[in-house]
Amino acid sequence: MSIAPTRSLRTALFTLALAGCGNSQPGLDQTGANPDLPAQRQTLVPPIRIATPKGWGGESPTAPQGFTVTALATDLKVPRQTLVLPNGDILVAEGSGGSAPPMRPKDVIAGYIKSMGKTPEKGGNRITLLRDADGDGEAEVRTAFITGLNAPYGLAFVDGNLYVANQDALLRFPYTPGATRMTAAGQEVTKLPSRLNHHWTKALTASADGTKLYVGVGSNSNVGERGMAVEEDRAVIWEIDRATGAHRTFASGIRNPTALAINPQTQALWSVVNERDELGPQLVPDYLTSVRPGAFYGWPYSYWGNNIDPRVHPQNQKMIEKAIRPDYALGSHVAALGLSFVTGAGLSPSFAQGAFVGQHGSWNRQDLSGYKVVWVPFTNGRPAGKSVDFLTGFIKNGHARGRPVGVTYDPSRRSLIVADDLSNTVWRVAPARATPTR
Amino acid sequence: MPNMPMGFRPFLHPLHGLLLAFPVALFTFALLTDIAYLQTAEIQWSNFSSWLIVGALLAGGLVLIWSIFLTIAARHRAHRQPSLIYAVLIAIMWAAGLVNAFQHSQDAWSSVGVTGLILSIISAVFALVASWVAHRTVRETGR
Repeated sequence: MSIAPTRSLRTALFTLALAGCGNSQPGLDQTGANPDLPAQRQTLVPPIRIATPKGWGGESPTAPQGFTVTALATDLKVPRQTLVLPNGDILVAEGSGGSAPPMRPKDVIAGYIKSMGKTPEKGGNRITLLRDADGDGEAEVRTAFITGLNAPYGLAFVDGNLYVANQDALLRFPYTPGATRMTAAGQEVTKLPSRLNHHWTKALTASADGTKLYVGVGSNSNVGERGMAVEEDRAVIWEIDRATGAHRTFASGIRNPTALAINPQTQALWSVVNERDELGPQLVPDYLTSVRPGAFYGWPYSYWGNNIDPRVHPQNQKMIEKAIRPDYALGSHVAALGLSFVTGAGLSPSFAQGAFVGQHGSWNRQDLSGYKVVWVPFTNGRPAGKSVDFLTGFIKNGHARGRPVGVTYDPSRRSLIVADDLSNTVWRVAPARATPTR
Repeated sequence: MPNMPMGFRPFLHPLHGLLLAFPVALFTFALLTDIAYLQTAEIQWSNFSSWLIVGALLAGGLVLIWSIFLTIAARHRAHRQPSLIYAVLIAIMWAAGLVNAFQHSQDAWSSVGVTGLILSIISAVFALVASWVAHRTVRETGR
């Protein structure tokens, strides 16, 4: 594999690109509570850069000094989100969803270009169980825990039950402690919006008291270009009553909430959200936010509060005025797909209160952004200060070796689990232990 | 050829004329579907435009190449001027159509907007005029 595909692709697109102005402005600060928002730049050809895959070649992602990174499991079938069970077993949801047919020539071409940055592996439609009883960072037990699922993504464990958010339904499975294979059939708690499923991932978490389940439902388009009729019940977070399956819309206008988590300090629901493309390489910042009940976050009418999106017609002034600003920007086109708060004493003294965010990396800018796991420090339950890189090395020489998705903090073993859907690996990052003596 | 004076032929080969019918019809319809989109904000009209423009560009690309060859072949003939005009009209039609294809790849309202409408008008008008010029021109054959 050489550098040629990337370069030739880039050259071709540049040549076409009457775009020209696809470069990012240096010096813009797009993280934190008040990100710099440059002017909109709509170009005939959006700035595109695909980091084509290349294997790890025996190497691992880079963690800060004092941490070791190991591959818990490799050769998975598109791992997305993970969950740590009470006994320490790790579940991995594997799948690829979406069924939106191409509606324009662009859909055909964009689909092909984006596929160049993805694994050729087909989604497993299953949940794999990993057990690392000896704690060496490599799973010695690995089983297909549940099979025959439909693009599973969000996972939650409440009161002896495992909840799995397929791309079209929320399922409940009774869990037997220590089981390595689910024998019971899943029960449908509720159907989930699944028409087209442009953004198919269904993020899932349970409320602190366990009575409610929250499901993130992404929009069916970038900015309404499939018509607003297909956006019914999209770009929302549902609150589902765990006992009855009844749901209400908890928040709306939240373009693509790809991971949900409960803040251990405040018990509030938080989400990472992917914002819209094709307004320039530095618009719009993806974000991390507490999800306020009943709040409207702007999509598609406006972004980051009331910055109007010119592509929406007819516009809706009332909704623009209603749109609230998210809490914390993560950067434009980082594609945040993972969120996990640390609990208890945290991962280490430097990572004692805050959240890890997995950034998958995106296509809509020429300077690659994302492709890493960052740490957002919190104080008193609110983000406090700049995010710092935690796990890097996913990009090398312009090629992607991996793309992080779900991140899960394992409090019992004080480690971080990171799913990587490009190299089909689940990584474990843990404080380095003293060299074992024999 | 009926009613054609000795030593003259229609400017367009029948296949060329057939290919030219595509950009004439498709660019014209893309203009109409663009107008429909701007009137209704119903996205399917813009989707129609996208495909119509791509179809016009495919057939129009062959027409463009053929028109250049005709211009070269006619450089010492009496019909050299209309040949050149025809090729230039086709080139403008096609270039505007290409830019318009990218314009139509933008999302929602930006897929048409003012720019898309202007480009659709240029492509449609130049296709119609080019066709008119081509059909009223005759080709001088060797004497």
